[in-house]
Amino acid sequence: MNSRRAAWLFLTPALLVLGVFFLLPVIAALALSLTDYDLYALANIHNLHFVALQNYWALLQRPLFWSALGHTVYFVAVGVPLSMGTSLGAALLLNSPLARCKPFFRTALFAPVVTTVVAVAVIWRYLFNTKYGMANFVLGHFGIHSIDWLGDPHWAMPTIILFAVWKNFGYNMIIFLAGLQAIPADLYEAARIDGASAWRQFRHITLPMLGPTMLMVSILTVSGYFQLFAEPYVMTEGGPLQSTTSVLYLMYDEGFKWWNLGSASAVAFLLFLIMFAVTAVMLKLARRGSEA
Amino acid sequence: MQRVVWLACSVLWVALISSCGRAPATTHELTFWTIGREGEAVVKLLPDFEHAHPDIHVNVQQLPLSAAHQKLLTAFAGGSTPDMSQLGNTWLPEMVALDALEPLQARVDRSTAIKPDDYFASIWATNRIDGTLYGVPWYVDTRLLFYRRDLLKAAGFDAPPGDWAQWRRMLAALSDPQRHTYGVLLPTNEYEQLMSLALQEPDPLLRDGNRYGNFESAGFKRALTFYVDTFRLHQAPAITNVEAGNPWSEFGRGVYAFYLSGPWNIGEFRKRLPAEQQDDWLTAPLPGPNDAGIGVAGGSSLVIFRTSRHQDAAWQLVEYLSQPQVQRRFYDLLGDMPPRRSSWEGGALHDDPKALAFREQLERARPTPAVPEWERIANEMQLIAAQAIAGELTIDQAAAEMDRRTDRILEKRRWMLDHAHPDAGSGR
Repeated sequence: MNSRRAAWLFLTPALLVLGVFFLLPVIAALALSLTDYDLYALANIHNLHFVALQNYWALLQRPLFWSALGHTVYFVAVGVPLSMGTSLGAALLLNSPLARCKPFFRTALFAPVVTTVVAVAVIWRYLFNTKYGMANFVLGHFGIHSIDWLGDPHWAMPTIILFAVWKNFGYNMIIFLAGLQAIPADLYEAARIDGASAWRQFRHITLPMLGPTMLMVSILTVSGYFQLFAEPYVMTEGGPLQSTTSVLYLMYDEGFKWWNLGSASAVAFLLFLIMFAVTAVMLKLARRGSEA
Repeated sequence: MQRVVWLACSVLWVALISSCGRAPATTHELTFWTIGREGEAVVKLLPDFEHAHPDIHVNVQQLPLSAAHQKLLTAFAGGSTPDMSQLGNTWLPEMVALDALEPLQARVDRSTAIKPDDYFASIWATNRIDGTLYGVPWYVDTRLLFYRRDLLKAAGFDAPPGDWAQWRRMLAALSDPQRHTYGVLLPTNEYEQLMSLALQEPDPLLRDGNRYGNFESAGFKRALTFYVDTFRLHQAPAITNVEAGNPWSEFGRGVYAFYLSGPWNIGEFRKRLPAEQQDDWLTAPLPGPNDAGIGVAGGSSLVIFRTSRHQDAAWQLVEYLSQPQVQRRFYDLLGDMPPRRSSWEGGALHDDPKALAFREQLERARPTPAVPEWERIANEMQLIAAQAIAGELTIDQAAAEMDRRTDRILEKRRWMLDHAHPDAGSGR
């Protein structure tokens, strides 16, 4: 009994901080999402109404919400595998016994993660400029017509994905690298003695041993990529023709540009529900996979 | 929460003061927010003011245009608005809805420096919301045509277009998509161009006391048709201002014969085009359905915040910045056009042929609807117009969609007007 009380005592500061800075704001935001808090309510609180689930209902009827969700899912579905593949590839290369100058490459590949997104975006906007950009210059050498990377609604999202993958892959690469280094070398040795090819070693030793790391990385990446905001904000401002407007971008516009905090909170909670469902499904699939 | 903000502000403030060295002992420390480039120019006008008013020290804070709107709203929510600010006249209704601004009519009535009759009438009107005056115009802006006189002459036109039909003929003659030349540049992500065309029509953009959208009116549809046709006939490229890159040099190279833009571009073209080309370009009033010379009444005003404790000092600065000779200096520094007719009667503006069209059009400029939601509505209008340009919507579909979205945006405003709360400042 006494030790139980002591445990709670030790937990109190953490619980207090969590309660004040996390739980309370979340509950407040949930309450806000059930009201029509807007400019007029900011002027006078009497103009605030309880609207129950109307914000949610209105959102589900807005084509822009669905297209923003579509863009976000597109970004996640293409960006996550691409990003994880790049991270894993880079980690394998770095972990290879043949690799030289490992610390240099590790730092170089990790560098994009720690650079400022705004500064990097300026450079990328130059790289992908239709007339003067390096990307089109290189394509021109292969006789490919110049592409309007950030101005064409069909190309803007792929460009954003490319940018995000380049910006973020280094982080997962470090985690994968740690995972790879934890795989005992005698497993590979035994496989080599049995005559397993490099591909079969990767398929039957590396991948299964990386399983738990993979799961964690994929969940982190998926939830991170669902919150797409900074990249379109600095590269395209959600355009052209709103083709890079993500759900979070929509929330920002609603909340901070037009000051409709009620419906912005509703966007946030819808996004939370979607992310929650997706990660739950991923966990369930992973559990079933490991049982089989 | 407010306490914390206050504390943080005062700590910052102390840090700021001590880092700038000792400020002279003044009785009024005036905080003045400027938006965009105006801040750089106004600091050059302030030494004279502070010399004449030794008891006032003006602390100018420059906000970037992209963050200004947010910053103003956040400042209001946090109770930390400045003493006075520059405020775009499309943002004025919003700040009035928040009841953040001090009414100024009584001060204007007492003032000898500010004479309302001297101001362009429609610009002055944009500062009057439901009969109460909240701002004094600082500079004005209207959109009209910059055109290449030599290209027009070569195509057989001696004068700029007087109406849409003439303009269309010129655009057709001057556009050649094969050679990548276009009659006019209308960036598809800017709403000012379509709005300027729409304001030339007699139909208002909102109806029933600004309760509903009026985009399905015959007048707006005519303007939208003219606008969209310009793209469909390949007389304007369907590009955004990001892709347009450097419109000045392309105008100089003859890629565009017309450019629909605002007064700041007089300075830009003078700076960016070579000396031998300076006689080739000129400005002309914006052609309308029947005649030329009606445009949007834009610009910025000077406002004083209700919570300011230095309102008298702020008013003195407003009066100083409104003097014709100060406004002329301001024009010389920045190219922002003065809102007073007497300011135009001297200095560089008086006989500048490039500014003449602006002077004419400012007399007939028309204000945009004075509702807080207008900027959002205009944004939606342009997004839908861009879809029509891309061929995704017909004119009728686009107009109907604009009305539908506008009516949804104005829903709360309608409720506010119908249930005006007795002590709500925003019911007006």
